[in-house]
Amino acid sequence: MGPKKQNRREFLKQGAAIAGGAAVGAASQSASAQLPGPEGFLHGRDDIVAYGQRSRFIESKRIPHGGRHSPDTFGLDFHIATPLQDQHGVITPSSLFYMGTTRGSYIPDIDPEKHRLMIHGLVDNPLVFTMEELKRLPSVTRMHFVECAGNRSNRRHTTVQETHGMTSNAEWTGVLLSTLLKEAGVKEGADWIVAEGVEEVKGASSIPMTKAMDDTLLAYSMNGEPVRPQQGFPLRMLAPGFEGIFNVKWLRRIKVVDQYYMTYNDYGHLTQDPATAALGYQIGPKSVIVHPSGGQTLPGAGYYQVSGLAWSGGGKVARVEVTTDGGETWFDAEIRGEPQAMAHTLFAFEWEWDGSPCELQSRCIDEIGQVQPSRAEVAEFWNQPADQPPRVRGQDNSIQPWRIESDGSIHNAIA
Amino acid sequence: MRLLKYLLPGVMLLGFVAQAQSPTYGVGRAPTAAEIEAWDIAIAPTGEELPDGSGTADLGAQLFLEKGCAGCHGTNGTNGIAPRLVKNDVGEVDNAWRYGRVLPIRSPYATTVWDYINRGMPLGAEGSLLADEVYSLTAYLLYLNDVITDDQLVLDQNSLPKIQMPNRDNWAQVPDWFPGQPRLEGYPY
Repeated sequence: MGPKKQNRREFLKQGAAIAGGAAVGAASQSASAQLPGPEGFLHGRDDIVAYGQRSRFIESKRIPHGGRHSPDTFGLDFHIATPLQDQHGVITPSSLFYMGTTRGSYIPDIDPEKHRLMIHGLVDNPLVFTMEELKRLPSVTRMHFVECAGNRSNRRHTTVQETHGMTSNAEWTGVLLSTLLKEAGVKEGADWIVAEGVEEVKGASSIPMTKAMDDTLLAYSMNGEPVRPQQGFPLRMLAPGFEGIFNVKWLRRIKVVDQYYMTYNDYGHLTQDPATAALGYQIGPKSVIVHPSGGQTLPGAGYYQVSGLAWSGGGKVARVEVTTDGGETWFDAEIRGEPQAMAHTLFAFEWEWDGSPCELQSRCIDEIGQVQPSRAEVAEFWNQPADQPPRVRGQDNSIQPWRIESDGSIHNAIA
Repeated sequence: MRLLKYLLPGVMLLGFVAQAQSPTYGVGRAPTAAEIEAWDIAIAPTGEELPDGSGTADLGAQLFLEKGCAGCHGTNGTNGIAPRLVKNDVGEVDNAWRYGRVLPIRSPYATTVWDYINRGMPLGAEGSLLADEVYSLTAYLLYLNDVITDDQLVLDQNSLPKIQMPNRDNWAQVPDWFPGQPRLEGYPY
């Protein structure tokens, strides 16, 4: 090995001595001609030095969700789904984070220096904070998912972006709302807060004081940079595990009150059925296999790592079970990384596909013992008529089946 | 008593800091009464924040055209590109939910209608309506939905919260929420 290396070095030296730089170039070209190389080299550019961008070969993108285009006729953004099928970790890039707004919204263009948060109502000391003041207070950094109530798979959906793309996960930094409420001094009888944003509809939600005092977070940072405008810049409330609408964006005001306020947002989630109301509040245990998933094609039999995301509004993911035979037999998937409360959690398992038709499913069990149901189990629990398609009450956390045909094509197999 | 339920774990979490003194950090300033009044647009179902002013459906019908409502919602509130404002034509029903997802008929409280018009309408000129105009437009929408039948009925901070919406007691409250509780008692999923 030593002599060979020496020989090559001498050869290169000689080449350089004979023909200068050109010979070195020729030598390295001949050595690497058989290897795949880059399509070219990008020269430095001031704007990309300042703020990076992804490869031109990456075209992963969000799509309008739920049958209404974003932007719509008025230029309002409504529901936009994240491309889960392109994601391999648990963090959703901020640029691809799903988006939902109350009635469709323009994005407020907010100067953070002028932005204020007011806390008032049933408190001893009403307070107004600048963003700088909020950043002076003790902070927490936590991973949390946000999920839209409308994240509901149906038979028309083909990809995981359509079936599950209305949830995303980020690392958030901010101040706990409890810190601010204690600073303001909550009065007796103050069982609710109303949190309000500055978008043109000034979306407001009623949130129980128990949640406000528990883990509700006012985030100014998301994935290492200021919260993006589409996610509520400069300040967004996170009510971890609650449906998306409670995670008030462009947060400007928190009013501490003694009753449920029946805001327009609250009205939008209104139902006649107490069970549906309860099941449309805190997100249930949920998971989905992402690799592989609907619309993709397996190139052939053989080894695959199957992976997906699991989460729950009830706490940490305790376990994820998977099946490759449509639910006949279940086995534990491996949890990758440490599960966080109310956060997307990665699971995976090693799989050898024999090339025959099969069905992949996953189910999440959370730390408080809730188990993600199949649609058939839900139908059975509620004694739904067997001749009708199952209907999941409240937020849909049912199991997502992916059917794999012998040609490798993957399809949404939802009942 | 309910207060204690969340205060106790809260105090334990913050530890000695919260017990030692309050307020703890002295960061932020007190808003003036005028600031609070200007910012506070929330309206309780009991209507305590409703401002002075009044209106009627009769006046609201004019405003519906003048303020551009009809441009998006249609001249009769049913034929526009923006959401429908009049209950669906399903005849007489014993359950007002069957009228569809139409705010001025489905909402349990007329205050929600007032609040939403006040904070969110008209598109592109939100917050531009005067209190009198919001009272009148609210009255007009309630009139179109047969919640009120007299287009001269005066709605104000006293009468509006008393309007008996058909769903006043016909909706499911969300359950009390506590950390670590399952979504629905007895539901394993």
